Amino acid sequence: MFFNVILYLLAAAALCISFRRDRQKTKKALAIAWNSFRNLIPSMLGIIGLIGLMLALVPREVIAGFFGNNSPAGILLISLAGAVTLMPAFIAFPLAASLLQSGASVMAVACFITTLLMVGIITAPMEVNFFGKKFTFWRNAIGFVLALVIGGVMGVILQ
Amino acid sequence: MKAQLRRYALFALVVVADLLLYLQHPARGEQAIRSALDYLVEMLLFIPPIFVLVGLLDVWVPRQIVEKNVGPDSGVRGVVISILVATAAAGPLYAGFPVADALLRKGCRLANAVIFLGTWATIKIPMLMMEVKFVGLPFALLRLALTLPAIIATGYLMEMILKVGETGRFAQGAGEKNY
Repeated sequence: MFFNVILYLLAAAALCISFRRDRQKTKKALAIAWNSFRNLIPSMLGIIGLIGLMLALVPREVIAGFFGNNSPAGILLISLAGAVTLMPAFIAFPLAASLLQSGASVMAVACFITTLLMVGIITAPMEVNFFGKKFTFWRNAIGFVLALVIGGVMGVILQ
Repeated sequence: MKAQLRRYALFALVVVADLLLYLQHPARGEQAIRSALDYLVEMLLFIPPIFVLVGLLDVWVPRQIVEKNVGPDSGVRGVVISILVATAAAGPLYAGFPVADALLRKGCRLANAVIFLGTWATIKIPMLMMEVKFVGLPFALLRLALTLPAIIATGYLMEMILKVGETGRFAQGAGEKNY
């Protein structure tokens, strides 16, 4: 919330300065802003709906259930869950903490967090919209592999 | 028109799924719709200022400045600037897409745009504070130390894979936008 306020203050200040300097340019900037916003709405609505469905169908306890297992299959499953899910940091880190407390391995939690942050399957349609399919595929594929490596290394070091 | 309709396909699918779920399990369907609405409000709260800033950036920041600082010849400086700007960012990754897109169209180097997105996704100051609070300093520091080189490597790998510098979409800031 704090950052939202800062963001609004920043945008308002920038807009004021811009308006004083050049009305035409400011109008153009707002038109660009509106067009990009309109461009984003369809995929945004779809993704928001998907998040809602996911939260309703896969409760936190079920996600937590995956984490007890430290086998390669378990790690892969957890990482895939991380790649598919989309949750804000204020949900992800408390969840990670509760998983660690209930006996999940550091490696599993680290893999979940890193894939969660680096790979976004749900937001892929939006990414394709901006940068194209090839870009989206490779950024996420490389991200997934590196996230697994990072999670693995963290698990070994922090054990 | 057809393309416009197709862009709403995912949303239509979700609405149908929500309806089916609601008919089968009213409580869960209601929960799905309620959390979707919560997210919608949350996003609508921070997306407008981001787009206003993107619009202003587009109008006011001359191409030369972007090119000089994060362009093809910006080297280490470009990488450092991309990382620093992204750590200060607020909001989830998809809020970073339009910003990276605007930078690319202004002549930002592809590697730097990917590094910018990677940092935006993984290393943000408020996020790190939450991380330290919940999973501890060693976890957060180690993740930071491992993630930074990974993000930078991703940036350069992406350039190799997408073969920029030739005639690709990202050669000198993508032109084919459908605004």
